[in-house]
Amino acid sequence: MSGIILYSSAIILLVISFLKDREKTKVALKKAWKSFESILPQILTVMVIVGALLAVLDTQTISRLLGSQSRWMGVVLAAVAGSIAIIPPYVAFPMAALLLREGAGYMQMGAFVSTLMMVGIVTMPVEIKYFGKRLTLLRNVFAFMFSFLVAAAIGLVVG
Amino acid sequence: MKVLIKKYMGFLMAVAAVGIIMVLSTKTGLKALGIMAGTFKEMLMLLPPVFVMLGLLDVWVPRETMVKYMGEGSGIKGIVLSILIGSAAAGPLYGAFPVAAVFMKKGAKFSNILIFLGAWSTTKIPTLMFEIASLGPAFALTRLAINIPGIIIIAHLLIKLMPKKEIERIRENSYEIL
Repeated sequence: MSGIILYSSAIILLVISFLKDREKTKVALKKAWKSFESILPQILTVMVIVGALLAVLDTQTISRLLGSQSRWMGVVLAAVAGSIAIIPPYVAFPMAALLLREGAGYMQMGAFVSTLMMVGIVTMPVEIKYFGKRLTLLRNVFAFMFSFLVAAAIGLVVG
Repeated sequence: MKVLIKKYMGFLMAVAAVGIIMVLSTKTGLKALGIMAGTFKEMLMLLPPVFVMLGLLDVWVPRETMVKYMGEGSGIKGIVLSILIGSAAAGPLYGAFPVAAVFMKKGAKFSNILIFLGAWSTTKIPTLMFEIASLGPAFALTRLAINIPGIIIIAHLLIKLMPKKEIERIRENSYEIL
């Protein structure tokens, strides 16, 4: 769905740009290719690692880890699992809902969803390429710690 | 050739790791390949149009415009705009990095870049609807309420902890990448 929107917007903008100025459009496409090509090795690496990781660490394994844990230990495990996993939201939210029904707590799911979206250990090579090691590491560490705050707030309000 | 191998070293090592998994357990290996195909499709849906639009943005939007709306003197307006653009986006976080790089190149304030990244990672509107539907409004809205101040605070903490020189280097790097 978002792919269709993205592609149609890109094509429409490209056509408008081409009609207005051919040379500029050529430069734009050259730049697009150059920046895509420069990030390609990292992207491909991430793709393969995600495949290997998720094949080993599947939904059942995650739910077993988070199903029946003591409160904070479960939150820590959930936060770690979310940091490593890359699961698109349309899979992750129903999965979290399922885990809740199977006995996982709201706090654990809060931590899981939060690190899943904010922390990306596997995508770090891509992030480092743009932002350097230091900022990438700091951002992910902060996002990880922040997720415990989110977990606590959700435990307070929902759990 | 040597340069190419060096560039793709990480990729080759990851492929080798999958090869080892394949030998140990064909079933897990095949599953990994299936997931890879899914990820590849997702990237194909996202990255080419994003990079084309970034190229267009780079040639058509003048630096002054970006500076005016998201640059040093942009204040609250810049913060709000960064959150809105990040929240309106679709797609995983790695799609945000090249966008952030172009904003940086065009002169957006560094804290706004970080706020934009934070918003993209966690306050996305399309995802929010889905989160409400599957986990309930209390869960989703609590997260949103704590996330908005959270990403602004994290952005400022990061800037405090980053040496000025390093931030300059990151900005210069964005010139090279695009």
